[in-house]
Amino acid sequence: MDRSLRRGKMAYTKKVIDHYENPRNAGSLDKNAPNVGTGMVGAPECGDVMRLQIEIDEKTNTIKDAKFKTFGCGSAIASSSVATEWVKGKTLDEALSIKNTDIVEELSLPPIKIHCSVLAEDAIKAAITDYMEKKKEKKE
Amino acid sequence: MKLPIYLDYHATTPVDPEVFRAMTPYFTEIFGNASSRNHEFGWTAESAVAQGREQVAQLIGASEREIIFTSGATESDNLALIGIAEMYQERGNHLITSSIEHKAILDTCAYLEKKDFTVTYLQPDQTGQISAEAVAAAITPRTILVSIMAANNEVGTINPIAAIGKVCKERGVLFHTDAVQAAGRIPLSVEAMGIDLLSLSAHKIYGPKGIGALYVRRRNPRVRLAPMIHGGGHERGMRSGTLNVPGIVGFGKAAELALRNFETENKGIALLRDRLWNGIREQLDEVYLNGHPTERVSGNLNVSFAYVEGESLMMGMKELAVSSGSACTSASLEPSYVLKNMGVGDDLAHTSIRFGLGRFTTAEEIDFAIKKVVATVRRLRDLSPLYEMAKEGIDLKSIQWTGH
Repeated sequence: MDRSLRRGKMAYTKKVIDHYENPRNAGSLDKNAPNVGTGMVGAPECGDVMRLQIEIDEKTNTIKDAKFKTFGCGSAIASSSVATEWVKGKTLDEALSIKNTDIVEELSLPPIKIHCSVLAEDAIKAAITDYMEKKKEKKE
Repeated sequence: MKLPIYLDYHATTPVDPEVFRAMTPYFTEIFGNASSRNHEFGWTAESAVAQGREQVAQLIGASEREIIFTSGATESDNLALIGIAEMYQERGNHLITSSIEHKAILDTCAYLEKKDFTVTYLQPDQTGQISAEAVAAAITPRTILVSIMAANNEVGTINPIAAIGKVCKERGVLFHTDAVQAAGRIPLSVEAMGIDLLSLSAHKIYGPKGIGALYVRRRNPRVRLAPMIHGGGHERGMRSGTLNVPGIVGFGKAAELALRNFETENKGIALLRDRLWNGIREQLDEVYLNGHPTERVSGNLNVSFAYVEGESLMMGMKELAVSSGSACTSASLEPSYVLKNMGVGDDLAHTSIRFGLGRFTTAEEIDFAIKKVVATVRRLRDLSPLYEMAKEGIDLKSIQWTGH
């Protein structure tokens, strides 16, 4: 097939394909553990649901592990895979500063797929919020 | 076996080599204009057109004088609806169609609504069928046309066309059917089915692209149409423009082949389709058939693979050329309106894949497809939070989602 004919709407960048085919950190953490935060965003009716989990080293307040599972298109899977890679080793504040536009840039997402990166940013925030709430409950 | 495997025969079909051979002389050697009435070049072209017209007419049990050649089924649908609406507007301004028609019908209806026509969109049942009773109940004294597709392009459901035709006859309303997906796949007879207008496309029956036809009844009743394209009065004044002679020759040959191998071909394709479905459902749980269990065209299989999004599924099995009802595959970001109107939830619509089998599909290809589908669905379900939750017994409907 002529190369130019392949560049349709469905063309993915190499990085998206790589994350889709070899997702980093796919899986689950124990959502009941006190040092695990779980963020689940999106809806089945919208065609994307991301669940991102972080495990916090409470001594250093850094994220020592992260896992994800995603229902969604290739770009959604790749966005969440990138998000887990990036949050690992970061403090909570550093993780909160990750922007969806960074993911767009990393994966060269087309405009129609920007919502996937927004979802990934939301998932990080939701996971951190979940962990903070658990910590607050423990104190009270 | 060559990869990728083509399983998108609803979108288009390859030109049959026999069709291609029949067409080739008409580009270079026999190039005349079929309207040139005073020399040999024109006469030869005209006789080729006459033969094509006869072959296309036979496919639907019509007379050759009732075939109007167009550029394709989109034009045929436009001409049927707009041509009838304009011609019969003094009799009434109401049309009846269904909510799961092809866009060539729905967008044309939307256009007519802007021109002060009113349109009733019948909702199909959950198998995708429109009943004759529903059509009868929607007819008013102002109704001039009913347009219901013979078979649906996404789920392959076949409508009770003869029963709908009968209702229309009894109530004195014209009946148009878009038979693009039905032609060559189910027996069609404009007489037995009470059809007044019928749209066809060559490239869905192994003919070339760029040629289609509209059947327009000449007797009982004689149907009249206002033309949309003017200039020369070709095709009984209903569609002007120099005839596409090679296209018509190819269309005719394709129609002839469709009839010649009708039974054996459709039986063989249906067997392969069932083999695909059985292979999938024997190995995967929570897979749902969209459409009608039996009233379905031979090459169609539309399946929802719960908890796996359609576009990611297609990405994982790029050796298979299929299509999906997922929103991510459409420009509108809405999942399939056909599935939606059949009552399939958006969650399952996002997970649907349409397999379209055809004349050149082999058992080897189907066995490869089964393996590929099963492996990809399993891999993506391992990655799906929804599948994990469902396996834990969590009711996904009970969850407060944060949709966008």
